[in-house]
Formats: sequence, structure tokens, C-alpha cells
Amino acid sequence: MSTEALLQIRSLSVHYPAANGRAAGAVQALCGVDVDVAAGECLGLVGESGSGKTAILLSILGLLPPNARLGGSIRFRGSELAGMPLKRLNEIRGSRIAMIFQDPMSALNPYMRIIDQLSEVPRVHGGLSRRAAEQRALELLEAVHIGEPQRRARQYPHELSGGMRQRIMIAMALIAEPELILADEPTTALDVTVQAQILALLQEMRGRTGAALLLVTHDLGVVAQLADRIGVMRHGQVVEQADCLALYEHPQHEYTRSLLAAMPRLRLPA
Amino acid sequence: MISPAPAPLLETRNLGVSYAVRHAGRLVRLRALDAVSFDLARAETLGIVGESGSGKSTLARALLRLIPADAGTVRLQPGIDLMGLRGAALRSVRSRLQMIFQDGVAALDPRQRIGEALEEPLVVLKPQLTEPQRRERVRSLLERVGLETGHLDRFPHQFSGGQAQRIGIARALMVEPEIVVCDEPLSSLDVSIKAQITALLRQLQQDLQLSMLFIAHDLPAVQQLCDRVLVLYLGRVMEIAPSAALFDRPRHPYTRALLQSVPIPDPRVARDRRTAPLAGEIPSSLAPPSGCVFRTRCPFVIDRCAKEVPVLRYIGGAEVACHRAEEL
Repeated sequence: MSTEALLQIRSLSVHYPAANGRAAGAVQALCGVDVDVAAGECLGLVGESGSGKTAILLSILGLLPPNARLGGSIRFRGSELAGMPLKRLNEIRGSRIAMIFQDPMSALNPYMRIIDQLSEVPRVHGGLSRRAAEQRALELLEAVHIGEPQRRARQYPHELSGGMRQRIMIAMALIAEPELILADEPTTALDVTVQAQILALLQEMRGRTGAALLLVTHDLGVVAQLADRIGVMRHGQVVEQADCLALYEHPQHEYTRSLLAAMPRLRLPA
Repeated sequence: MISPAPAPLLETRNLGVSYAVRHAGRLVRLRALDAVSFDLARAETLGIVGESGSGKSTLARALLRLIPADAGTVRLQPGIDLMGLRGAALRSVRSRLQMIFQDGVAALDPRQRIGEALEEPLVVLKPQLTEPQRRERVRSLLERVGLETGHLDRFPHQFSGGQAQRIGIARALMVEPEIVVCDEPLSSLDVSIKAQITALLRQLQQDLQLSMLFIAHDLPAVQQLCDRVLVLYLGRVMEIAPSAALFDRPRHPYTRALLQSVPIPDPRVARDRRTAPLAGEIPSSLAPPSGCVFRTRCPFVIDRCAKEVPVLRYIGGAEVACHRAEEL
């Protein structure tokens, strides 16, 4: 057998029992999910609202609400994340596994300057001094193409545009040089021209850092650009997993076919 | 200028809207729309596209007299000065223009049953109708948008996003409007639902001969639904063209960049995109660039663009506001 993938998810299930303990109100968010992400790979997970895409990301990070019941296994570099004590999990998340959220405005701390939020990561995870951490933060602002990084670093999140905030989120995810980046609809809140910029930036950063990317989106256009492999989700299950090209050109599952058919396409001249 | 034979249903000329905002401790005027002119013909759908902050929603709200305009005229056939109407005269014209909102659930009163919500516009705007006549119209429209009479006693939260949008559409159509302004009616919906609502809107266009202003940043949907498209950027019109021409041969550099930015669900095409077609972001409306407002992001910028505001002019069937439109 080949060596274990960077992230190996097996028979993952998540359900929320009903408040009154009866079976009727329980919700099954994930059911028997098997997903691998190899080192340096980009896996795209697509599906509609409620299909369980985000639940997978939250399970990996141990961020499910307390009433959620999780079953199955989530192995990262051979260590079991499911049920891992918080102290050990905290050594992994933020440093070896990072997350980019859909809405950077609610993910960033509104009371903290950009420089303070960014340098917090290398101070906590890398043990850097304040000065060294701030230096690292500024380098990263430049790397994600923030114009006037010195000035922007002193500003608060509300003073920046949506596109700039998402660049900050990406910088923040990269700052500890993670092996795996989780991205939850990272461009959904953005305008189409800015979305194109952020997708190009994610692509550039993957090339530069070699980090693996688990990208969750509802947009088959977005994954077509970034993903090496794609998993299609529906009702808490992965109904089809395939290489990117194969999925678009020879979709096997009925649902994948209907998703592709429903996707409006721009008809452009050749 | 040769205008098409019948007078347009709606004729907008040099429409301007500004907001008073507090900036750096002072009250300043923010120009949200500047000299916007366009026509809307009977049974025509005009798409309004542009990024956030381009003035799309401001335009919709100004046309419906939900916010005041401070410049320009809007003429509604026959010869009604829409911006000058007051009181009863304004109310009598409201039934001719209706709006479909982005978030179907939020646009409904959470404590009002759907039946009442649908009947309300008739009570207000068509007082001559009797109650049985109103009920009959509610039932027939509910059916038309693909819902059932069994839904009448339910509350908004009992509907899915797609169903709520159907209710929003039915509610806008209750008073038999001639013009329907749709403000991002698809953007909160999942792909498969989006396709259903797009199909419904297209059906209604045909059956009812509606004129529509379709505001969206979903360009594929615009291509499917619109006869002509108006491209806004920082409150100004960049280009107006028939849909086929615009998507086939965009004339304005901004239109081009918008089209090139749309993600394509085809890995073979998508992979070739290594760089974004447009750098930077839309500037603040508080300090718009001199000359052409798009020049700070335009890949074809020349000195003239900073000095002179380009006027809309006809080039090969499109109206384009760009100094270099002929060469590009």
C-alpha cells in the first residue's frame, strides 16, 4: 500500500441529536464520508447549501458545536484529530492546518490592527519576538500583494475593502507555513473581478508554499480553476470523487450531471 | 440620433443621485449615480451589471422613487415626469412599477401569512377590486409562479429560499405592473434553484410582456435573460449594448474585464487563467478619479483619460464611454 495521505478522513459522520432526545428531530449532517488530501494537492468539495461541505471543515478543526456527535476517523499526518485533547489540537490548528473563512469581516477581530492580528500567529506558534513577528507579518502583506503594506498594517479591518480583508485572511493562514489550508467559500462574498484576483493569489500561494488546499465552494467554476481533484457532496455524503478534468468531462453520478447542467455558463466567442 | 420608432416606455436622462455622508468628521456629498441615461422599451429586459459600489441598487431605488434623485429626468409613457410626481399621483403610478428583492424571506413580514402578504398590494393600489376578485387574483398568480393554494396560510419562515423568491415574484406581479425591477433576485439561491427561478422569470417575460430591469452580478444569468445590458462603474455608464453584441464583442475595457473574470466551469479553459484580468479594486465614490472613472484600473489607459470625461457614443451598435473604443 502507498503511504498515508496528508489528511485521511474515513467513515466520518456527524449528527445533531434532537433536543428532546427523540429520533425525529435529529439531523444527520455527514454520513460515511471518506476523503483523502495528499501533500500539496488541492481537493475541491462542491455541493449546495446543507450538503455538509462546511461540516467537514469544522470536524477537521474540532469546531463543531458541542451538541454534535462525531464518528469515524480524521487522521492528519498519522495523528487522529477526532477526539484529540484541546491542548494538542491547538498545537496543530492555526499552525499546521490553517483556515480561510468566507466572511473575513467576521473572522477578523474588529478591535485589533492588522499587524497585531497577523503577528499574533508567529508569536504564539513560532515563539518569535514581537519585532520579528511584525517583520514577518509585513513580508506576508507584501506577498499577498497588499499595496502600501506599512500603512495598511496599522489599520483596522473595517478600514479595508472586502478583497483586501480576504488577502489578509490568506496572509494570516499562510503565516505559520501550514501544510494544509482549509478554505470555506473564500470568494463567495467578493465581486467577480476581485474573485478572479483572489483565485489567482491562492494559486500563486500554493505554488510558492507547497501547502495542500481543501477548498469548499458551491461554484463549479471556482473549483475548475484550482482543484486537482473534486468531491461532489449531497445530503452529507460524497457522491462522486474524481480528477478535475474527468469530473467535468465524464461525470459518473446523476447528481453531478444535474449540477453541471444547472450551472449557468457564459457563452463567449472562441 | 435616430431613435427607434415607438417611444420607449421609460426614458431616463442624466439621472444623478448623491448621498450626504459623514467623512472625516464633515458632511460631504457622495455621488452614487452620475448622468445615467438609458431607454427601456415595452417587453424589453435591460440588464444592469457592475461591481458592488457601482450604483446598481441606487439606480433601482431612484427609479422607484424610494430614494430622491437630485438631477435628471425620468419619463414614463405617456409623458409622465416620474421624478416630479407627488402624493396621490405618485401612488397611482406605483402599480406600474414594482420591485423583486434579493432576499425573498427578508422582503416579507415574518408575522404576516402569505395570503395576506400577496393581497396587500391590491388593497393598497387597486382599491376598486372586491375581496373575491382579490382572492381570485392571489390564487391565479400563486399557481403561475409554481406554488399551491395550500401555501396561503403559511408564514414566510416556512418556505425555502426558492419558494420565498417565487412569493416575491408573485407579490410584485399582483398589481399587473408594466415594469418590474429585479434587484439581484438570484444571488442568494443555490445553483439548481437559480436555474428554476431563471426559467420562471423567462416564462413570465414571455407570457406577460413585461419590461424588466434586471440587476445582477451573475453575468451568465444576464446573458440568458436580457435583451440589452447596461454596464455601470462608479455610478457612470460605461457601455450599453444589445446582449448578443456585448457578450460577443465587449467594447469597453471594463466590460471585457468583467466577462473575463467570470469563473468558467471547464478546467481546460480555467487552467489558462493564471492572472486576474483586472488589478486593484473599485475606488471610493468619495474621491472618484478625474476624467474616466475607470482609468485607475484600465489596462489601456492614456494621458487623455485623466483629463477628459469620455461621453457615451455609438460604435457598431453599442454605446460606449471610452476614448479608445475604436482602436480596441
